[in-house]
This record gives sequence, structure tokens and C-alpha cells, in this order.
Amino acid sequence: MVTNLDGNAAREFGALKARAFDYIRPATVAEALAAFAEAEGDASYIAGGQSLVPALALRLQAPARLIDIGHIAALRGIAVEDGWLRLGALTRHVEAHDHPLIAAHAPLLALAAPHVAHPAIRNRGTLGGSVALADPASEFPAMMLAMEAEIEIAGPAGTRRVPAETFFQDLYQTALEPGELLAALHIPVAQPEHRCAFDEIARRRGDYALVGCGIRLALPRDRVEEARIAFLAVGPTPMRARAAETALAGARLDADAIARAQAALAQDLDPPEDSEVPPAMRLHLSRVLLGRLLGRLRGQIAEAA
Amino acid sequence: MSAPLHVTLTVNGETLSRLIEPRETLADFLRRDLGLTGTHTGCEMGVCGACLVLLDGVPVHACLIFAVQAAGANIATVEGLTESAAVTDLQRAFHERNALQCGFCTPGMLIAAQGLLDRTPMPSRAEIRDALSGNYCRCTGYEAIVDAIETVARKRAAGEAAPRFAEEPA
Amino acid sequence: MNAPLGSLDRPNSYIGRAVTRPNAKRLLVGRGRYVTDLTLPRMLHAAFLRSPYAHARIASIDAEAARAMPGVRLVATGADLAKLCAPWVGTLDHFTGMKSAPQWPLPLEEVLWSGQAVVAVVADTRAQAEDAVEAVLVAFEELPVVADIDAAREAGANRAAAGIEDNLCFRSRLDTGGIDAIFAGAAHVVEEEFHFGRHTAVTLEPRAILADWDASEGKLTVHHATQTPYQFQDLYSRHYGIPEASVRVIAPDIGGSFGMKLHVYHEDMAVIGLSLLCRRPVKYVADRMESFVSDIHARDHRVRARMAVDAGGTILAMDVDDVTAIGAFSAYPRTSAVEGNQVIRLMGAPYGFRNYRAELAVVFQNKVQTSQYRAVGHPIACTVTERLIDMAAVRAGLDPAAMREKNLIPDDAYPCSSPTGYRFEALSHQASLAKLKALMDYDGLRAEQAALRARGVYRGIGLAAFVEISNPSPAFYGIGGARISAQDGATLSITPSGEVRCLISVTEQGQGTETIIGQIVADQLGVAREKVRVVTGDTETTPHGGATWACRGAGIGGETALQAARRLRDNVLALAAAILQARPGDLDLRDGLIVDALSGAERIRLAEVARIAYFRSDTLPPDASAQLSITHHYAPQGYPFAFTNGIQGCHVELDVETGLVKILKHWVVEDCGRIINPLLVDEQVRGGVVQGLGAAFFEECRYDAGGQLTNGSLADYLVPMAGEMPDIVVGHIETPTADTALGAKGCGEAGTAAAAAAALNAVNDAMAPFGASIAQIPMTPARLLKSFGKI
Repeated sequence: MVTNLDGNAAREFGALKARAFDYIRPATVAEALAAFAEAEGDASYIAGGQSLVPALALRLQAPARLIDIGHIAALRGIAVEDGWLRLGALTRHVEAHDHPLIAAHAPLLALAAPHVAHPAIRNRGTLGGSVALADPASEFPAMMLAMEAEIEIAGPAGTRRVPAETFFQDLYQTALEPGELLAALHIPVAQPEHRCAFDEIARRRGDYALVGCGIRLALPRDRVEEARIAFLAVGPTPMRARAAETALAGARLDADAIARAQAALAQDLDPPEDSEVPPAMRLHLSRVLLGRLLGRLRGQIAEAA
Repeated sequence: MSAPLHVTLTVNGETLSRLIEPRETLADFLRRDLGLTGTHTGCEMGVCGACLVLLDGVPVHACLIFAVQAAGANIATVEGLTESAAVTDLQRAFHERNALQCGFCTPGMLIAAQGLLDRTPMPSRAEIRDALSGNYCRCTGYEAIVDAIETVARKRAAGEAAPRFAEEPA
Repeated sequence: MNAPLGSLDRPNSYIGRAVTRPNAKRLLVGRGRYVTDLTLPRMLHAAFLRSPYAHARIASIDAEAARAMPGVRLVATGADLAKLCAPWVGTLDHFTGMKSAPQWPLPLEEVLWSGQAVVAVVADTRAQAEDAVEAVLVAFEELPVVADIDAAREAGANRAAAGIEDNLCFRSRLDTGGIDAIFAGAAHVVEEEFHFGRHTAVTLEPRAILADWDASEGKLTVHHATQTPYQFQDLYSRHYGIPEASVRVIAPDIGGSFGMKLHVYHEDMAVIGLSLLCRRPVKYVADRMESFVSDIHARDHRVRARMAVDAGGTILAMDVDDVTAIGAFSAYPRTSAVEGNQVIRLMGAPYGFRNYRAELAVVFQNKVQTSQYRAVGHPIACTVTERLIDMAAVRAGLDPAAMREKNLIPDDAYPCSSPTGYRFEALSHQASLAKLKALMDYDGLRAEQAALRARGVYRGIGLAAFVEISNPSPAFYGIGGARISAQDGATLSITPSGEVRCLISVTEQGQGTETIIGQIVADQLGVAREKVRVVTGDTETTPHGGATWACRGAGIGGETALQAARRLRDNVLALAAAILQARPGDLDLRDGLIVDALSGAERIRLAEVARIAYFRSDTLPPDASAQLSITHHYAPQGYPFAFTNGIQGCHVELDVETGLVKILKHWVVEDCGRIINPLLVDEQVRGGVVQGLGAAFFEECRYDAGGQLTNGSLADYLVPMAGEMPDIVVGHIETPTADTALGAKGCGEAGTAAAAAAALNAVNDAMAPFGASIAQIPMTPARLLKSFGKI
């Protein structure tokens, strides 16, 4: 431990081997919850581990127990039921990329998936893990907002469903209480009038984006009935751009409406202070990206007409 | 309670049981416990791609998995893929095109390439570069690697098999 | 075009051929043996507690709890190691007035940068050592941090280290005279302030060392991922007081180096002492987080420069002020002043102007030490020169290519000297530019650029000519008192079966050293390449030599091998002549056979000569001498350096709304003299270009005002990756040096030397319609958007 003379601890360098922990691999959700309770809070669930393992290696986190939920059958599966697409928490990123049900019913996930890290990460990382971590710069959490998803949470008192809107609370803070497990994602299936677009601006392929955006427009005829716009990397949580959505609602998707939506982003977004990427730059890039995505949708609509 | 656990897994076709400390990554387990040092660690946080192995047939970072998590899984490393001749054509193409210098990234590159060609048998150059987005090479500048993978994609599409790489003359 | 040394039609004519690397096969099958892979019986692992402060006094160290941790064998402090290891000072005698604070393996009282190793822990496993590091208690008293290069040079400024009287490590001045008057009278003067970010090498295999002290024999064996095993044999011997012959340094397969792995690192010196104290093998591999705060950094220059040009566009003079920040002490043994020295001496090197003035200040600050990394100083000198030339071309109303055509040193003007004192034997700037323009279809690209601009697509074309330093003579280090050899040595033997072993002091890091040495030896001896085994990287088996740095492997190592092979060939033919009762001059060695030189008819197999020499010397004539092993050394004579040259072109497309740049394509024409293996040369150039493009667009060690590195991980320090890098077209001009029989010069740094300059010019060209410009690398989206006034 390193301190200054006042006894204040400072950051340490050098660790890339995790502290010791014990490892449990439960077969059911109930066993997993019990294993967590038994550890008296000093435990972490691990699924794909693509974000957790580096944090453990750097000793930024050091739970006494790791509970591997990667083999719990109830957390798997991709199915459509009653107008909802249910994605088990263990659904891998690569499935968002490939699975026909996801392409058909949650196209924003399929559009975002190629931008998530790199192929080998996508082979292992899970959608549940990504949403539970709630990294504001990640693609999938923001898409939960754009798709009006609900998050199924399993806990000692049973399961509950929380709308994405209230799930993401603050930087890395979600509606998950200690010991609770993200069990599944429920996404209302895409409607025929939905038009979706996703893109992001990143310095290198697979990097955390400077800004990213997913859009779902309900556009039954020539006017936008409803717009859902979600941004990543522009605030402490995934961010919905409500003022921009309002600017589009009821409007034709023309240059004026797009410009109004772009202008409205100042009310919606709260980019973090960052010496490398100043807030004004993220806001600027958000406007550029929104304009390009809406322009792309406008082009698609014109082509279809 | 961080005592070593008995773990059974299959590595390069051989099923084995070992006592493993839970905090040991699959990369360290392969390298230290099994002597499979062809799997390299360059960053130990999943961004350089030097530690890629096939887990149940798909590329994953061995540094981002604890070995105990791999219990019951089927792992293939560059040593196993060499032995089974699964990547002979890639190895030969890399060699002929001089698509490696220091060689530290090379096993990861081979496995990334194998993963790509399994999913996308005839990738464009842009798709190849995209598929290597998580594989860092400081020596080559990447072009030779892209060339080698492109060559193999064409040869595989044409049904050309390659003899075992290790026995070919230099 | 590739000029053969001899006829390419004869058997075993390998010089000039694109052949594959025999030693690459083991790397492809996972049988590479890197230091990180090595395990020795009873081997222990070291980890280090590091300073969180950029400048602090060590108030107390309490290792009691750590010593009691599971698996811990030793906890050592600076005082423990200072009893064993003599301190070092990174200065060179010929850099007059240079100073630096003495260094020990671990600090005694004062830490000089954030991330400096303070306490060493040795344990059975690395994880246990890291556990115990967390249990060491260290209290620091924070000291004022020197971070800003201007504040550091003010009178009365806080000092970066206690052992120096001020923060100026070294200064140098060059002045051909009358510069102010020339600028005052020039038709055009362009000037700019350039900023070059700190980079680091980011080799994929981090630094790794395994020291094994055998007290019973008094012998130290060090497996060390380094380019320069002999240099470290000398250093470990002298600083630890172990006889040189009892120190063995082995450099096996190395996962990249690029200059970074030839400097003394505190941890590496410490590991030697830890092995001495534990009397067991001790291994240390820097993890990636440690690499960023302990590997040398490089660049970090601020250059204010101006260029005077006459009305017709002829360059009259350059005037340069370079300030570079190097960390709190100068690196050892090569110093941290060489880069700045090369920056001011390489300015304007491709061009024929005669008037020059430069001022260099090398400044201490509390950051990681800087030192030599691929293309030392070249990218800075090249970028400053080439950007000023583009700016001057605009003022003179010339196209950038025409401006260069006008000012490059004519190909028929050699030998000549630069105004900074470099002597050029023979370069080919004009031929290179002509070839580059043809390869690029320069005029076609300009036409396309104009057409696209009309449609709102902003592309840019950048050119950058360069001169590269290779094959350094003793004038580089030896003259300054450093025990760094400018010569190389080779031991060449015919084995009893008539095969060839070559033990040579140049080393391999993947560039193909062993391959080209094998080509040269096989070619000159007249045997098949497969019959030659080249051994490198072990001070116990190979003769002492400079090894691999400054692009000397082909030029110096290759010439050593060539001269050695010719001597051995003479011995073989003399012996064969004795056996055959012929005259040596009538015989030749081809394809493993001694033949009649005129008719080519076989006289005796080489294997048979060897068999007789080794097993039936009783049948030889009494005066025959069977010397089938020879050792030969070669050092450059004549020119102090073999300069190479070339020119690069870069084509980019700028997204003016996002500040992102797409690199469309890159071209290089280079002249490294005799090309021994075009396959290897091309990939050296491509790899070098990508390191330069990384610097141009991505790479930068970012520090806050408190001296903390804020992006010290591979997720945050952006290295160039496949998706963002272009295809690179490589062309050659061959002007062999007449200083050697081989005629080879270096090629490993050519790509890096000018890639950033070409890219910077290309981006500025793309921005020209907006009246915006940039003079800083990396050219990040934020900086580009700012230059446009978008943010």
C-alpha cells in the first residue's frame, strides 16, 4: 500500500494477476442466489467475463467469491412470445450479430453488434452482462432504451421486470440490487412501420465510440409517428434524446426536421468532462451522427417510395 | 476458500484433469501448467489478441477466461491446430508472404483468421482487416497478413489442400 | 530493380533473392522460445511496488507483513541492491556539458517519475509476488513536479531530481553564420511551431528477463529479451563486479524491440541483484500496465522552425529551435540526447541549401525516461522540413512535387556534405521522386482531388523525402566512451559432414537477420542455403559485436558474414587443392562441390574434404592446413555512416465534420543500397510506415499537470490496427555503398522516418480549401476539429 505523509492512499501500478477468490458454478438461478447470499455480499456473478476479468486482473475489484452463472440453462434461449422477444441473459454478442430472430425482431441489436469490441470478445461476451454492467459507452445498453426493452431480474424475492428507462440509474448504477441477477432481456418485437438505424464514431474499429446512436422511428406513412433515439458515450448512463425525439414526432423526415432534432440535442445530452474529447466535441459529433443517421433513413424511405 | 479445484477439460483433443487455482487464467494455465507456450499474453486484458485460442470451435481470449470456467470445454491452441493440420494452409501462406516478423502475434492471428474463414469463407480485404481489429501486430504493418489470409480464402474455396506445414522444407 | 552482387544464374546465388525465413516456421507452429516462455528449475518471480507520485521522497518502507506472505522469498529495497550494484550515469563524453543524476536499480531516497519501481518482491509465483506487493507499506513525501518544458528551464525552477543543478540535460548549437541576414533578405519566409507527442514502442512481448546466478560456479546467466546481449554482458559484469567471461547473456526469440529493448531498465538491473541475493533464478516480465510506465518513451519535441526561400522557390536557409523533454535523468548507456542531436542534424538533409542554424535544449522533467526508438529523431526532422517545404511551395506558387524537384540534392552531386556536417556518399533523391510520382500516378491523383473537391470530398496528397542514418561507425558511441561496439564478429565453420555453422553477433528480432546472413554465407561459400545454420543471440557462443540497432544488421553484420565466408572459402579451396594436388585458383566451390573453376566439372565433394580434414588428417600432405573454422570481425571504415534515402507519399480523405481521417494509400520509394532479400526489405518498410502512421494519427502518452500518465494501457494508448491502416506500395532504387563489398545499407527505419511527415502534409493538403492547418502529431479528431473551428 502506498500513501503520502498524510496517510492518503494513492493508486497502485503493476497488478495483472487477480487476487485469490473461490469459484462456484451453480446449475440453477436459485443456487446462484444462495451462493451469493452465503458470501455475505463479497461475491460477483460472472458470465462472459469480458469486462469483469480485466477488472479482477487489475485488482480494481476483488470479490472473495466468483459465481459462474454461465451454465444455468434458464438464462439461455432466444424466443418470441406474445409480441416480445425474450433473450436469455447468456445470449452472446455474436448471436445478436447472427441470430435470425434477433435480426427480425430486434434489428437495432443486429445493427449494433458489429461495432461491439472485436470478434473474439463477441464470441464470449453476453448481452446480459453488457446490460448489467451498464457501461454508458457500450452499444447494447443504449439499444435497450431505443427498443423500449424490459429487463428481467431474478432475486431472493422472485423475479421482476424493469423498463430500461428506469433500469439505468447512474454511472454503472442500475436497478439491480446486490445479489440480484439479470435473467433476461425482453424486447417488444419490431413493427412493420419501424425504421431503425445505428452507427457510431470511433477512432479505431472496435474502440469505445466517441459517440454512438441508435434510432427507431415509427413511420407508418409519411410522417414520424414516434421517434426513439438513444445515444451512447455522451453521459453517465445510456441517454435518450427526448427533445430530439419530440422535434421529430409528427413531422415529415425532411431537412428541417432533421436540423431541429440536431439542435435539440443540447437539451438532451450531458457529455462528460474529458481532456481528450471535450464535451463540446461530443455534442458536435452527436449532431453530426444524428444528422447522418436520419439522412440515411430518409434516403431509405425515399428509395422505398 | 480459494483452494485449487479439480477441473476436467479437453485441450488439443486430449481430455485431462488438473488441480487449478481459481484465479489462474486459461492463458496462464495453458502456458504454465501445460507448457503450451504458443499461446502468448501481450496485454492480459483482452485488447491485443495474442492469447486467442479456439474454445468449442470459436476464437476467444484465453486471458479473459479463468481456467476453471473452461471446465468441460474443448480448447484448441496453435500447437493442437498444427498437429491436426487444421491451419497448415494459413501457416504456409504466412510463411511464404513473410506475414510475421517477431512472431509474437502470430498464433493469435492464425486463430483469428481461422475464425473469420469459418464464418466468412470469401472475405473482402476490408472484411479481413475488420476481423483483425482486435489483433495487434507491431512489426508487419498488417498488409502481408491480409494478403496471406486472402490467399488462403481463395485456395480453400478452390478446394486446395496443403501438406503438413511442419514437414515442408523452409 | 535489384542489382545482384554476382550472377543470379549460378547455383547458390542467394543475394538479392526473395526467400522465406527458415526460423519463422517455429514461430508459426507455436514453438517460439521467448524469454516470457522460459522456466528454470527453482525459478522465482519478481514484482515491484511502484511510485504513485511523479516526484517524491521515500519517507518509510515497512515490508514486515509482506515478508510473511505465502510464497514470498525476498523483499528488497534500493539500499539492499545498492550494496551489490554500482550506480550508472547516462552521459556520453562527446556530448559536451551533458549531465544526469546517478541511478540505482531501486531508488535510495527519491522517486523521479510516476510508476518508478521502489520495492522488489520475489515469490514462488507472480500472483503471490503481486499479493505481497500490496502488503508492503510505503509512505512518500510529495515533492514539486517538473512537467512543463518552459517552466523547467526558468531560473530557480524546481529540479526534477536532487542530483542535478538545473533541468537542462544538454544543449547544442549549430550555426553556419549569417542566418538572420538571409532571412531578412528572403523573398519568402515560412515558419511554424510543431508539437510531437510522446510515443512508446509497445512491443507485443513486453520486456522480459530471467537472471540465474550460480554461486557454485560464480556464473551469471541472463536470458534477456534484448537486441544487444554483448552490451548487457558488459554492463552486468561491470556494475555487479562479476568477471565478464562469467556473465552469459542469451537473447532468444524476441517479441519485438524497435530500439526499446537495448536500454538499461531499473527493474532489469534489480533482477540481477535479486538472483544474486536469492541464489536462484529470478524472472521478471513487465506486464502491459508496467510497460507503459517503465519502457522508454520517445519523441516529445516542440520545434519552432522557419525556412527562407527565394522568389523562384529555392530554399536558402533553415532556422530551428528544438526543445525536447526526456524524463528526470538520461537513459543509460546510450543517453536521452541522441534523438535531439539527430533532429537538429537531419533537418533539411535531402535538400541542397547551405545555410543553417539550430538550437537544441534537452530538458529534464518528472516523466518516464525517453531514449532511442525506431528512426531516432528522423520523423521530427523530416516532418518539420517537409511541412515547411509545402508551406514554402504555396508561397512560391509551386506544386509540392515541383518544389522538391527544384530543391533536392541532384543525384550527380555526390559526394557532398550537409550544412550540419553529415557526409553523403551517394544518394538518389531525384530518381526516387520520379519513381514515386510514377507509382502514385501523382498527376492523376491531383486531377481526381480537384474533381472530388467540387463534390465536397476532401482528399489530400502529401510527400516527404527523407535521409536515414544506418551502419554507424565508432563515431556514434565509442567516441563518447560507451562500450557499445561498432564492429561485428562471426565464427564460421565447415562441419564434419560438410555443412556450415555461422555464429554471428548481429541478432534477430524477426526482421530476418539470420535469413540474410544465411543467404550471404551460402552465396559466398557456394553451398545450398539449407546447409547453413545461423546462430545468434548468445554471448557464450558468438563473437562480441554491436548486435542489432541503427539498421546495422545487413550493412555491418552482412559484410562481416561476407568477408568471413570469403576467408573460409579460401581455406576450403586451399585444403581441397592440397588433397587434389591442384592449385587453389583453379578450383571453385559450387553447390557443395569443389569444381574445376573453368569447366565446372566436379573434383571432390565439400563433405569429403571435411571428412578428410576432421577424421583422416593423417592422409593430408604435411604442409596442408585444415582450418575449417575461422573467426572474422568487421567494423565500418570510410564514411562514419551509410546514409540511405527515399521518399514517401500519402493519400488521405478527411471527414471535415468528424475530424476522422481515412488513409487511402501510402507509397514508399527507398534506396537502401544492395537489397539482399526484397521480401524482407518490403515488409521492414511496411512495418516501419505503420509505426509512423500510428504516430501521425493515434499514438501519444498523455500526461496531466501532475506528471501522471493518463492513458497507460493498451485500451487507452491507441496503436495502429489493421482496420485503419492502408495498403502500402513499396518501390526501390539501389545505390550500393562502395565502402563494402556487399554494398548494403539499412532499411528498418526508412518507413518510420517519413510516414508521419507525408501524412501531416496530406492532411494539411486536404484542409487547404478551408484555410486551416495543423502542425501537431498525433492528428486527433479533436485537434483537427479545433483547427477547423468546428469545436
